[in-house]
Amino acid sequence: MGIVDWLSDPANWSGAGSIPYQIMIHLVYSLVALAIAAAIAIPLGTYVGHTGKGENFIMGSANAMRALPTLGLLILLVLVIAPTISSNLAFVIPSLIVLVLLAVPPILSGLASGIRAIDRSVIDAARGMGFSTAQIVTRVELPCALPLALSGIRGATLQVVSTATVAAYVSLDGLGRFIIDGRAGNDYAQMAGGSLVLALLAILLETVFAFVGVVAISPGLSRRLRETPPVLGALPRAKKLG
Amino acid sequence: MNLEWVGNNIELIGELTLAHLWLTLLPTALGLALSIPLGYLAFTHRRSYPAIVGGSSLFYTIPSLALFILLPKLLGTKVLDPMNVVVALVFYTVALLVRIVADSLASVSPDAVFAAEGMGFTRLQTFFKVQLPIAIPAILSGLRVVVVSNISIVTMAAVIGITQLGTLFTMGFTRRMFVPIIVGLVVCLLLALFLDRILVLLGKIMTPWSQKGAL
Repeated sequence: MGIVDWLSDPANWSGAGSIPYQIMIHLVYSLVALAIAAAIAIPLGTYVGHTGKGENFIMGSANAMRALPTLGLLILLVLVIAPTISSNLAFVIPSLIVLVLLAVPPILSGLASGIRAIDRSVIDAARGMGFSTAQIVTRVELPCALPLALSGIRGATLQVVSTATVAAYVSLDGLGRFIIDGRAGNDYAQMAGGSLVLALLAILLETVFAFVGVVAISPGLSRRLRETPPVLGALPRAKKLG
Repeated sequence: MNLEWVGNNIELIGELTLAHLWLTLLPTALGLALSIPLGYLAFTHRRSYPAIVGGSSLFYTIPSLALFILLPKLLGTKVLDPMNVVVALVFYTVALLVRIVADSLASVSPDAVFAAEGMGFTRLQTFFKVQLPIAIPAILSGLRVVVVSNISIVTMAAVIGITQLGTLFTMGFTRRMFVPIIVGLVVCLLLALFLDRILVLLGKIMTPWSQKGAL
């Protein structure tokens, strides 16, 4: 059986364990992990970006996390947690912990560095106009940091969707199921078919993010990014005035 | 904890570490070798920039496990062939480095390039003696990210049965043993730290001028 046959087999398109079912499960795990990660990283990132405290620590730990193999961490957590819980949660909780650990650093560092990169004069101007600290954060810092924050969230989403596959290795559902089961049953068509669906899902999500970026980012910011950089544009004008 | 296991399996750990090192370094080196001409092309022909940089970053979107499994179909290799991992990581390396190479070449001061041209340098000489050396620190910091993340990506291949340090994780899972997993994690982290330090050192050797604080 080839990949096309496997993908076009109606049996793979309905019921539990089918392609749509596994996509659903895969997305649910990913979204839950991303929501938890965002709930941790957005307040923390705003705080770090606003105050500049702990910036080096955050960037450093984001880099260190990259070196930590997810597969090893997941299996270790399963072996630690599984004996204490009897239900399916013994596998769900370790998987979610690993996915959250993967997703926090990119969101955190994207948001924090996005806020840090804002020209100080913009924030001073807002304060001069009588903005309170809360207003500066919500109306100036967060919108200005949006491009970098979004690319952080995009990176996190990609990582999480990609890694949610290994949850199947510790017996959970999701698109990794096809890869693990196909491998166990020497069924290449199933492995490759599942991989193809996973790859397409990742590319689709990437496209969605590109679209969200165009819609959500303030036109004032994106116009500035597309035309001449502000420094180069501003210098000659300043000279003419003088 | 059963530390005896480490002593009894030291040979296995050594073999897996070597296999891991090989599976990390070969694609990183190949990827770097490909990224430099591709990045140069994207830099000199601005119209090809979106195609080269965007096209290669599309590969980065594809999850590693999916790529390991789909590549045999394209390459005609067996699913268990380590070559699939090498090719997949070459793609990832190029995806990350091409943009960095193109952007860091673009940030080389035009004055330096004009000066080289004025001194009668050919385009090739200008590239190797002026543009590339100036771009080295930026390329190197990209390479550090690539090496470290490649080490971690290679372990994923254990899920489909390709032997390297990740095999210690799957072994620990099937035998319900902590020690191999912890050994695997520690060796991976040490390997990442070691290669990162080597790259920093290499950077210092290759850019002696940066030591004197001249730039």
